[in-house]
Amino acid sequence: MASLRRKSPPAPVRDDRSPVRITVSGLSKSYGPQSVLREVSLEVQPGEIFVIMGPSGSGKSVLLRHVAGLEVPTGGTVAINGHDPRLPETRDRFALALVFQSGALFNSLSVYENLALYPLEHRLCPKPEIRERVVRALRILSIENAVHKFPSELSGGMKKRVAIARALVMEPQVMLYDEPTSELDPVMAATIAEIIATLKEQFSVTSVVVSHDRDLAFAIADRIAVLHQGRLLAVQTPAELRENRDPIIREFLRPVINLQEPRFKKLEANHD
Amino acid sequence: MNRINEVFEAFGSALILAWRAFRSLPSAPRILRRVSEQGYLAGYTTLPIVAILLFFIGAVLALQAGNTLRDFGAKQLIGTLVGESIARELGPVMVAILLAGRVGSAVTAELASMRVSGEVDALVTMNIPPERMLVLPRLLAVLLITPVLTIIGNIIGWFGGAVVCAGVSTIGVEPEMYFQALKQYLTVRDIMDGLIKAEVFGFVVMLIACSTGLRTRGGPREIGFAVTKSVVFSLIAILTLDYFITKALD
Repeated sequence: MASLRRKSPPAPVRDDRSPVRITVSGLSKSYGPQSVLREVSLEVQPGEIFVIMGPSGSGKSVLLRHVAGLEVPTGGTVAINGHDPRLPETRDRFALALVFQSGALFNSLSVYENLALYPLEHRLCPKPEIRERVVRALRILSIENAVHKFPSELSGGMKKRVAIARALVMEPQVMLYDEPTSELDPVMAATIAEIIATLKEQFSVTSVVVSHDRDLAFAIADRIAVLHQGRLLAVQTPAELRENRDPIIREFLRPVINLQEPRFKKLEANHD
Repeated sequence: MNRINEVFEAFGSALILAWRAFRSLPSAPRILRRVSEQGYLAGYTTLPIVAILLFFIGAVLALQAGNTLRDFGAKQLIGTLVGESIARELGPVMVAILLAGRVGSAVTAELASMRVSGEVDALVTMNIPPERMLVLPRLLAVLLITPVLTIIGNIIGWFGGAVVCAGVSTIGVEPEMYFQALKQYLTVRDIMDGLIKAEVFGFVVMLIACSTGLRTRGGPREIGFAVTKSVVFSLIAILTLDYFITKALD
């Protein structure tokens, strides 16, 4: 048994926790005839909070999945400090955490086991230390009471908080969030915004956030990218973006709601 | 043409999955708990069905063969016929079919649901190979429990035959005579051949189940399709391999 243990994969070699740069060059993705991303190029600076916004179906989540190394690009490249994020070595080196929109918790494991899985599997530290890490993450997200529950017993918002706690336990250098505040009440959404900002300030974590939540984006972002139909329309600071004159961006950021003459009625009239 | 491509793709990805799973064998001590959980799920819960099915297969075999052999004055050979048929053929095949229907379908549904809900992607981003966490424990578990299930199934099947031989007056073969004939002609080689078959079938069933589950894309509808596909492919694989293994072991 002892000899077999020695042959087990060694604990991952972590980079020196220097901030990480993400480079996306000419990224294209098609699913059959449907083009989802078209020649997207951007660079996320080390330690930056980079928010990707855009209407539904604009390719935000697909872009995030490429950064996480979960998709094979049709064209172009994604690099984390020059390394391909699809390679296990890159993930070992930079501890890349993705908070899924659905939470993607392991249904057969309790909340504690979900959180402890990464450090246990990678043998990052002894069990008491893992326990400390887990308890700390649960406390930050105010979900200590859920520690022995299973994901099926949690609400959507709770699942999201557990998913964020699971990512925190990984102590990542790159945090990717897919709609982190959806299904959360305003207080918890503000807490998540604070967590994202704190990770940047204290640990220089590079964060990429995909969100519909304009308040969140303008509150935390160093820069915001706007995607529309798979194309990158702008990458600007929140202040610059507020002044942007592009009609699509203006329409997305300040939708006009006229309940006296709703747009869907106009659409219906056009179809008739 | 698309269908043919699909079959080759499925075959190729199953082989790659097996290779990746066994590449993480050095981590086996760390997954012992998962292996035992899967062994319990696949073995202990399947055992009652294996027992019922093999008992009645032995019984039916004795009933069918008994009347025919009696007409030829060879009813003392019923034990041999039932023993050989179950050990070499029906035991391993029936255990594999039950594994495909009961365990393989459940594994496909579970892994497909994990794939669809993003759990498998979560493992990948955490740099925990799904092959190590999800596939290897199941393959090791099935390799451990299939021979055990087959041996127990064989013994129960033989008893099923003995009960019919003793209980049906038109056959009227005493258990002593039945088991004597069974022992006289049944060799260790026959039993081992059956166990080799069972081991191969069990492995292939679990590999198809895991591979089909992990390749699922879409939603609940696709999970249902994946389960059907997994069971159908498994049954085809069992019966096709049965011919070739029988030929090779002859």
